[in-house]
Amino acid sequence: MSGNGTPLLEIKNVSKFFGSVIAIQDVSAFVRAGEVTCLLGDNGAGKSTLIKVLAGVHKPTEGEYFFDGQPMNFSSPRDALDHGVATVYQDLAMIPLMAVWRNFFLGAEPTKGWGPFKRYDVDFAKETSISELGKMGIDIRDPDQTVGTLSGGERQSVAIARAVYFGAKVLILDEPTAALGVKQAGVVLKYILQARNRGIGVIFITHNPHHAYPVADHFVILRRGTVYGDYTKEELPLEQLVQMMAGGADLEVLQHELEAASREGEEGADVLAETAKKIGSELEELGE
Amino acid sequence: MTTETAPATAPAPPSDERVRKVGALSRLLVRPEVGAIAGTALIWLFFAIVAWDNNFASWVTTAAIINRAAPLGILAIAVALLMIGGEFDLSIGSIVGFAGMTIMILVFPTEGGGFGWSLWPAILVALVFAMAIGLFNGWLVIATKLPSFIITLGTLFVFRGLTIAVTRLMTNRTQLGGADEVSGFGLADTLFASEIKVFGASFRISIIWWIGLTALATWILLRTKQGNWIFGSGGDANAARNQGVPVSRTKIALFMTTAFAGFLVAMIQVVQFTGADTLRGRQQEFFAIIAVVIGGTLLTGGYGSAIGAFFGALIFAMVQQGIIITGVDGDWFQVFVGGILIIAVIFNNFVRAKAAQR
Repeated sequence: MSGNGTPLLEIKNVSKFFGSVIAIQDVSAFVRAGEVTCLLGDNGAGKSTLIKVLAGVHKPTEGEYFFDGQPMNFSSPRDALDHGVATVYQDLAMIPLMAVWRNFFLGAEPTKGWGPFKRYDVDFAKETSISELGKMGIDIRDPDQTVGTLSGGERQSVAIARAVYFGAKVLILDEPTAALGVKQAGVVLKYILQARNRGIGVIFITHNPHHAYPVADHFVILRRGTVYGDYTKEELPLEQLVQMMAGGADLEVLQHELEAASREGEEGADVLAETAKKIGSELEELGE
Repeated sequence: MTTETAPATAPAPPSDERVRKVGALSRLLVRPEVGAIAGTALIWLFFAIVAWDNNFASWVTTAAIINRAAPLGILAIAVALLMIGGEFDLSIGSIVGFAGMTIMILVFPTEGGGFGWSLWPAILVALVFAMAIGLFNGWLVIATKLPSFIITLGTLFVFRGLTIAVTRLMTNRTQLGGADEVSGFGLADTLFASEIKVFGASFRISIIWWIGLTALATWILLRTKQGNWIFGSGGDANAARNQGVPVSRTKIALFMTTAFAGFLVAMIQVVQFTGADTLRGRQQEFFAIIAVVIGGTLLTGGYGSAIGAFFGALIFAMVQQGIIITGVDGDWFQVFVGGILIIAVIFNNFVRAKAAQR
């Protein structure tokens, strides 16, 4: 599945500066149809800026943007969406107090009738939202259920299903698993694969290598605003990916401390937690 | 890849054991208007018992209640749409005064300081003015990004003040009468102020306008894409905009709708009272908001119904009429209405919490 075909979306040597701040520099990445490209990076690695460049929010200061082989310059997120580049943000663009079917078709409501009798085709909207979610393996019992009653994973899944239904060719997912529990994250990962299997190019942004590894065909690792590594799955075992994410030296320190802590028997758990916290904050500082 | 599963052959996930069957009653409870309908029945029963000797449960009293509810109800329906869309309009009461006075100044004899027009052109001009005020309110809210509460609080005073100042400047009065002597009054009277006798009680035709507008607003909310936009704009304007909803256009249209409702009530009252008063419509902005909130619409937007506002206005008028008919001092009316408002808001919050957990 990987390794052939022209990229659906590609950026070459893209940089984005905000005044004197270099948010990202010389970043290249691509995604092909029916593949998942994973953008990995810790806090402050430039993920958010890169998403906004890809989604059409920011124009790159330098570099080139290609869509379907053509140089592209999206004027707005709406423009990108019209071309088939859909972005699902962490805040989801879902309205909690509205029913699932109302959310699903918000902004693109199907209508029937004409003139003053033109009306929202409610039956079609309800049926379609149920069947589209069904195709993604999401079982919505009642389309009148409000989105507020769905779990975080279900909401992400509805957002993905909606983007797929409205003809997304490229789906950009901004940390869709970040706020979720293990099981919920697994559900979302499943839908990412579903979308990929339907021939969509998925750009999956995350800081969690364990979420990235099972679904990605291709990894782009960002550190401090630049590309630190660019690998296909075959080239990169999980252990190495985890190590690269954290930065090798820091991880070795972490490992030693963890091992030492676990030898200390009963109280080990407390020490472990403390150490993990300490290392975590150090890593954060490093990332910034 | 082993993780692949064809979507069509994927087994349906087993239904979640944590999902329980929800009874019909609690399903019903999450409709926004249910509280107001129940409240209407309860309050009617209360007055029917307390004021039985005063003939509360009669056709004449019923007509008095509904006649009183109609103009407030017309305003409340529009305010409900706007509030579901996430905005307030405190200027609606002053639009009633402004539009009514515009009509009267235009038709008032030239020797009295007016223009001596016939009625229908004056009505048309008042309509145009009202729509312009609505457009101005909406545009100002969108352009400044300030809370509509503040913007329309400002325009409330501006247009009330203009109404009083201009009327006094031109006619040296604050009340203008004699609309019934103007040409075109007959048709307007039939359309906006005629009465229908049922069981010996007189029902005003404004009730038909009120019911018609409620039906229209309900249809728009629940069965048109614009209705979906109203819910979306009020629920989360940013998210709605990201989905391609024309939020600014929707909100401006809603401000023009409330202005239109203000104009309609002004016109009905000009014809009914054959004149206008600069203070007409005073406090109606608050009464309309109270009716809407009693009707189950959230102050924060994104949730509510026009039918709820309909019953909210009915409750309001019922309390008013009930207090008059029982002979209790009218001063107690405000106490009663304020209490109902607070109870309604507490009840609505409870219901919304239930809706969110359902």
